This record gives sequence, structure tokens and C-alpha cells, in this order.
Amino acid sequence: MTDISPTSADAPKPKAHGSLLEATPLMKRRNAAEKRFHAYGIAAIVVALLTLTVMLFTIIRDGHSAFYQATMTFPVTIDAAVVDKTGSGDVAEMSKVTTIGYARILGESLVKYLADEGLVVEGMTDKEITDMISKDAPARLRDRVLADPSLVGQTVTVDAFTGGRVDGYFKGRVTREIAERDSNVTVTQLDMADLMEEAGVLRSKFNWSFITAPDASDLRPEAAGLGVALLGTLYMMLLTFIFTLPIGVAASIYLEEFAPKNRLTDLIEVNISNLAAVPSIVYGILGLAIFINFAGLPSSAPLVGALVLTLMTLPTIIIATRAAIRAVPPSIRDAALGVGASKMQTVVHHVLPLAAPGILTGTILGLASAAGETGPLLLIGMVAFVTNYPASPLDGGFLDPASALPVQVYSWASRSDPAFIERSSGAIIVLLIFLFFMNALAIVLRRRFERRW
Amino acid sequence: MNDMRIVERDVDITENKITARGVQVYYGTNHALKDVDVDILDKTVTAFIGPSGCGKSTFLRCLNRMNDTVASARVEGKILLEGEDIYDPKVDPVQLRAKVGMVFQKPNPFPKSIYDNVAYGPKIHGLTRNKAELDEIVEKSLRRAAIWNEVKDRLDASGTGLSGGQQQRLCIARAVATNPEVLLMDEPCSALDPIATAQVEELIDELRAEYSVVIVTHSMQQAARVSQKTAFFHLGHLVEYGETGQIFTNPQDPRTESYITGRIG
Ligand SMILES: Nc1ncnc2c1ncn2[C@@H]1O[C@H](COP(=O)(O)OP(=O)(O)OP(=O)(O)O)[C@@H](O)[C@H]1O
Ligand SMILES: [Mg+2]
Repeated sequence: MTDISPTSADAPKPKAHGSLLEATPLMKRRNAAEKRFHAYGIAAIVVALLTLTVMLFTIIRDGHSAFYQATMTFPVTIDAAVVDKTGSGDVAEMSKVTTIGYARILGESLVKYLADEGLVVEGMTDKEITDMISKDAPARLRDRVLADPSLVGQTVTVDAFTGGRVDGYFKGRVTREIAERDSNVTVTQLDMADLMEEAGVLRSKFNWSFITAPDASDLRPEAAGLGVALLGTLYMMLLTFIFTLPIGVAASIYLEEFAPKNRLTDLIEVNISNLAAVPSIVYGILGLAIFINFAGLPSSAPLVGALVLTLMTLPTIIIATRAAIRAVPPSIRDAALGVGASKMQTVVHHVLPLAAPGILTGTILGLASAAGETGPLLLIGMVAFVTNYPASPLDGGFLDPASALPVQVYSWASRSDPAFIERSSGAIIVLLIFLFFMNALAIVLRRRFERRW
Repeated sequence: MNDMRIVERDVDITENKITARGVQVYYGTNHALKDVDVDILDKTVTAFIGPSGCGKSTFLRCLNRMNDTVASARVEGKILLEGEDIYDPKVDPVQLRAKVGMVFQKPNPFPKSIYDNVAYGPKIHGLTRNKAELDEIVEKSLRRAAIWNEVKDRLDASGTGLSGGQQQRLCIARAVATNPEVLLMDEPCSALDPIATAQVEELIDELRAEYSVVIVTHSMQQAARVSQKTAFFHLGHLVEYGETGQIFTNPQDPRTESYITGRIG
């Protein structure tokens, strides 16, 4: 093995590689490029995290107060002479008494209670005291009495919201200077509120009804809640899931596994990608034209909303599902076909189980983006002011008018009373929590199906 | 092209299992297999040898119509299985593949348990009536593929968690489990150690009693050891086909001679 020619024998061989202990210039440049790339990556992540933090911070700062409400607690004597004039104890008869009667009972009871407790502000009229109670309180008391007629004639403890301005005073939204110029609240009322708070009659309480109650009019922002919107969104997500998953999976399987590769399927493919890029508002117009004007479905209904969202998310879901199916190695298909499985068996027994985690993740992420969609829902009338809960799905609740969380955010943000601003941010918090749970569900499902071998 | 030399005296010993006439395969415009005529005998091991890319796998995949799954592939000519044209429009390739099993060049176990890998074929073909019978088939197949001792304690473990050679034997077990009439094996021993190779060769020899086995191999010694017939492919042509002994000792074509003596390939 010695084929060194005589001439090259004594000439020192040039070394191809230098010492291992010092980096060559090329190596230095490569390392520097690598370091730069790391820095870019970290910078990008920092920017993303900062933006997220700032966004969450502002939303929580503006919205957390929506979950608390200034509430006064005082005894109320339910005067039989007012609420049950006939004395029959008959609910049908009693329901003829409107909230005006209950408002009087509440007002009189509060005036009397404050006098008894020695909470007095010089020059404050009884009307001013009565006006501190939310316009919503009489309706709640009425519901309570009608649900339990035995309360008539008794003295019960009532938790009543204060009006929106007094509540705003405690949340720092209303100051005495503003109150002087505001016809809806007087400085005396604010003084009284301070007194009541000291005496423990008035407290800030967690407001469940913000999550459960239906929307309320401009006059009583303190009573407005997300109940109908939350139910509406829940119904829509349920229906959208039921519509999109089978259609999306069937379409994807057909296109990936069965469809011949020709002009027509190419055209379909291009169009699915195009549809994914169509602005969502267009789907709203389509839904309005087809489902409401042509098919005659009721507007504001979760069913129509779900159909529109289905049209909107299907392209995205089909693209994600096809990617998941395509990611299954072809050798698995060969193996199944090789032992004599039919095309359908190959897909159902081998391809789908492997693609399931990807399909579910894609579907739920598609649904999550649909859950935050506002534009198309505005067009099909989901922005209507709805104060009745939709019925349960079994009783046709999918056709009852409902609202949706993002639409509720929009509609509250556009109202004039500043008390709705905090509720708008509060609704965003609820929407974010809703989406958080959907994504958590996606992760859990993924883990469950991902028992890869 | 008429380089095919069938040894006539063999025909009366065993009958033809597969008859191929004028088979052409195109991948798009690439003419991968040119005018192949071959008779594969029943109860015989036939070896396909030839340099890489000469079309051995391609021809093997024609025999159970796995080329149907390649969109660009086009097959012409006639291939008869016991006198029936397998490319007849009436033939369902699924039914064909139950008769003609295949072990692929790259091990491709299902991402399922070892047991399920082997049981899958018998299950979909309804070969068993109860769990006990299925268990029996699984054990028998794993034994025949010379892997039973290694996996008998972990049949519930993943098939993809085995080593490359074990996976290949698992695939052999899976192919054997459906009880095919013809078994196509594409380099089944390329990832196996000499001991497992010997066991698989033993299996092939055993299968010959009932089936027709076609094996692609890059090892001349293996071809010489296990096969009775050998076909030499070169650049898409079937250059020479005949008795294994004759091919290796007295090749008729200069290309065959160069290949087996190691000058081309
Ligand atoms: N799916 C395919 N699409 C396009 N061309 C292919 C495909 N499979 C094989 N070919 C081509 O067909 C020719 C024969 O390939 P084949 O796989 O049959 O070779 P082989 O003899 O099995 O080689 P090896 O010994 O390396 O496995 C090659 O030129 C290859 O490029
Ligand atoms: Mg090959």
C-alpha cells in the first residue's frame, strides 16, 4: 500500500484541516450565523409574549370590575296589600302586579331601614334614597315572590344592586364632580353610599348574574349579563362541530384517498384554498341570503349562526384534515393493501386512527376561531337585543333567538353608558376563558388519541 | 427482446402459477420494465436478481397489482394467475392480494401491537371463527417467521418498537398469516443477521411445499441457496431466466455472467 511517488515523499503534505483547538474562519462565520439566528428567535418570542401580556393586562384591568357589583343588603317587608290585593295567594292573580308595586315596597323598606340604622344624610329626600336601588331589583324581587308565594306578608333579606352610577362611584368611574353635572345621580346619594358602605349595608359582591343573566337595556347596565350570549355561543359551537366534523372528514378522505387526480379535483383543491381566504363577512351575506331570506329560517337563531360558521370554517378544517391524512406514511397504506385490505378498510383501520389527533386539533382550532367571529353573525341578526334564554336544544332551542359572546362584546362596546365598557372587557375575559377551555379540550383529545405505537 | 430461455424440462414437473407475457411498465415517461415474459412455477422458489434500479421491485409489484396505487404507473401486457388475467377489469385487486401476499423492501409494520399486526389479515379475511383460532394463527405465523421466541412475551408491545430486522420478520409473519398462494418477498433478508437470515431461508424452503415464492435478493449466495429458478434483470429487461444452477454455473448471456462474477451492478 505504498504508492507515494519519489518527488512527493520529502515535500511536506499541506494539511487539509487545521488544529482542532482553534476555529477556522469558516467555522467562526457559521457559529456567528447560528448565534444570530438564536437571537432573532428569542427576540421574536419576547415580542410575542410582551404583546400577549400587555393585551391580557389591559383586558383584565378594564374587565375584572365587571365581575363585582355594589350590592346593598337590607330587610324588605313584602306587603300583602300591594302584591296580593285579593289575598288569595293565587300566583296567576299576583302576577298582575307589575314591578312598579315591588319598586315601591323596596323603596319604602330601604328608607325605613336606613332611618332605623341612623344612616342619615342631611337634606336627602326619600326619592333620592329610592333611586339608589337598581331598576333591576324590583323585577328580581317579583320573580322571587312569584316563585314562592309564601313570602307574602313576611320580611325577607334582599340583596339589591345599586344603580350603575353608584356602582361606578365605587369602581372609580364616577366622581363627585361628575355627579354634580349628571342628572342620574346626586352628590347626596354618593355621601349616603359612603355611609352605607361604612355601616356594612353596601358591599361589593361577586356578580354571578354577569355570567348568567340576559342582556339588559341602557337604563340598567348593572343588570346586564352574558347568559344568553354564552348559551348562544355554546349552541353554535355544538352545532358547528356536529356539521363540520363529518363533512370535513368525509371530504378530506375522499379528496386525499379516493379522488382521481385530474383537472376537476385540481380545481376543487384550488377553490377550497380560495374559500379559506374569503372574508368572513361574505359568509354572513351568504347566510342572510340563503338561510334566512331563501330557506326562511328565523334570524338570530343559533342554527343559522352555526350554518354560517360551518361554511366559514369548513375550508380551514378540510385543509387541516387533509394535511393530517397526508402525514400518514404511504408505507402503512401499502402494508394494509398488501395483506388484502380494501381501500375503505385501509382508511378506516389505519389511516384515520393515525390522522385523528391532527384532525381533531385542526377542527377544534377551526371552531375556536369561529367562536370569536363577529362579522357574519351581525349580518344574520345575532346582534339583536335578546332577554329570553333560548330553550333547551330538545325544545327547539336552536331556533330561538340568541346572542353570541363576540357580538355581545361588540354591542356593549358601542353603547353610550360608560358602565358598559367594563362589561365589554368582562365579556372578552369570559370569551377568552371559553376559548381556553376549547383549546384545553383539543390538547386532552389529542393526548388521548395520540397513543402512538 | 427475446432473451428469455425457459428450461422446458421443468414445465412438466410443476405447472405454471403465474404467466407474464410482454409486460411493460411506465412511470410517467420512464419505461421501467421492457417486454418481460416469464413463467413462475407453482411450489417453486424463484429468485429475481439484478443491479439496483433494474425493475425487480417494479415487476414484483405488478404481480399483486400494488402498482395500481402509484398514480404515474402504467402496466401493459398480460399477467395470468392460474390462467386468469389479473389485469382483467372484472378482477378486484383486493381479492388478488389475499392470494398473492407481499413482504415489502422496507419493513412497514402497522403502528399497532405485534399481535394485531399479524392478526389483521386473518381478521379482515374472516379466516378464523374465534379468538383461540386467531391466537393459533398468530403464534404459527410468528414461529414460521422465526421471531416467536423474541416476541412471545410482549405480543401487546408496539410493532414499530422492534428492531429493523425484527420488524422485517414481523412483516413476513403478517404476510404468511393470510395463507397466500403466492408469496412475493422484496429483499426480505436485507436487514437481517446471518442467523435470522438462515431461519427465513428455512421458512422459504418450507413454504415451497405449498406455495410459489418469489424473492428479490442482492445476495447471489442466497439466490443460489433458496431458489430453484432465477431471473436476471438488467435495465428493465429480463435478460436471462432459467434454473438457478444453470444461471450461476453456465450463464448464457454475457451480461448475466458479468453480473454474477461482480463486474456490473
Ligand atoms: N414509484 C415510482 N415512481 C417513479 N419511478 C419509479 C417508482 N418506483 C420505481 N421507479 C423507477 O423504476 C425503475 C425500477 O425501480 P425498481 O424499484 O423496480 O428497482 P429495483 O430493481 O427494485 O432496485 P433495488 O434493487 O434498488 O430495489 C427505477 O428507474 C426507478 O427510478
Ligand atoms: Mg427494489
